[in-house]
Amino acid sequence: MPMNERPLSPHLQIYKLELPMVLSGLHRITGIALSVGSLLLVVWIMSAVHSAAAFAGMSRFLGGFIGQLLLFGWSFSLIYHSVNGVRHLIWDTGRLLEIKQIHTSGKVVLALSIVLTLLAWVLGGGFPGGGV
Amino acid sequence: MRYRTPLSVARGLGSSGNGLGHWWMQRLTAIALVPLVLWFVVSMVSLSGQNHEQVMLWLRSLPHSVVLSIFLVVSLYHANLGLQAIFEDYIQARWLQLSARIIAAFAAVLAGFAGVFSLLGLAFGG
Repeated sequence: MPMNERPLSPHLQIYKLELPMVLSGLHRITGIALSVGSLLLVVWIMSAVHSAAAFAGMSRFLGGFIGQLLLFGWSFSLIYHSVNGVRHLIWDTGRLLEIKQIHTSGKVVLALSIVLTLLAWVLGGGFPGGGV
Repeated sequence: MRYRTPLSVARGLGSSGNGLGHWWMQRLTAIALVPLVLWFVVSMVSLSGQNHEQVMLWLRSLPHSVVLSIFLVVSLYHANLGLQAIFEDYIQARWLQLSARIIAAFAAVLAGFAGVFSLLGLAFGG
C-alpha cells in the first residue's frame, strides 16, 4: 500500500477562499468548457457546409434559450481563458509573481474578461445566424 | 524532505510519462492562440446575424478558411494537452485516466479532421 504512505495536500476546505485560487480553478473549468465548445464550432462549420437547411436548424438551436446560454458561457470562457492565459505566459517569464501582484492581476483579468465579453455581445448583437 | 526516488529524478519525467515536451507545446500553442483567438472573436462578432449565404461567402474566402483551419488545429491540440493535465491530476485510477486521455485525443483528431476537411471541400469548390 505505498499510496497511503504519501503526504496529502491540505484539503481545499482548509484554506480561506481567495480570488487567485478561484481564478485558477476557473481557468481549468473554462478550458474544459472550451474543449466542448470547439466541438460545437466544428458542428457549426459542418452544418453550414452541409446545407442551408442544416445551417438553419443549427441557427435555430443557437438562437434559442439554451443555445444563447451556451454561446454566452462559451464566449466568456474563450475570452477569460485567453486573457488569463496571457497572465500565465507573463508568469512564465518570472514576472508579476508577488502575492499582491497576483491579486491585482487577477482582478484586472476578471474585469477585462467581463467587459470584453459584454462588448463582444453588444457589438455582435448575437451569433452568426442566431437571429438576435 | 524528498519523496522522489533517484531513478525518478534521473528520468526527469512526471506522472504524464514525458518531460518538457508537454509543457513546451502547451506554451507554444498558447502563444499562437493569442492572435488567433483575437481574430476568431472579431470574426464571429462580424459574422453574427449573417445568413447562410453570407456565412458561406466568408468561409469560402481563402484567408478565412486557412486561418480558421489553423485556429481549429492549434486549439484542439492545446485543448488535448490541457485535458490530459486535468485527467492526470484528478483521475487516480490508471485505466480510467488512460481511457479519458484516449477518448479526448481521438475526439480532438476526429473534430480537427472533420472541420478542416469541411473547409478544404469548400476551398476546392465542393
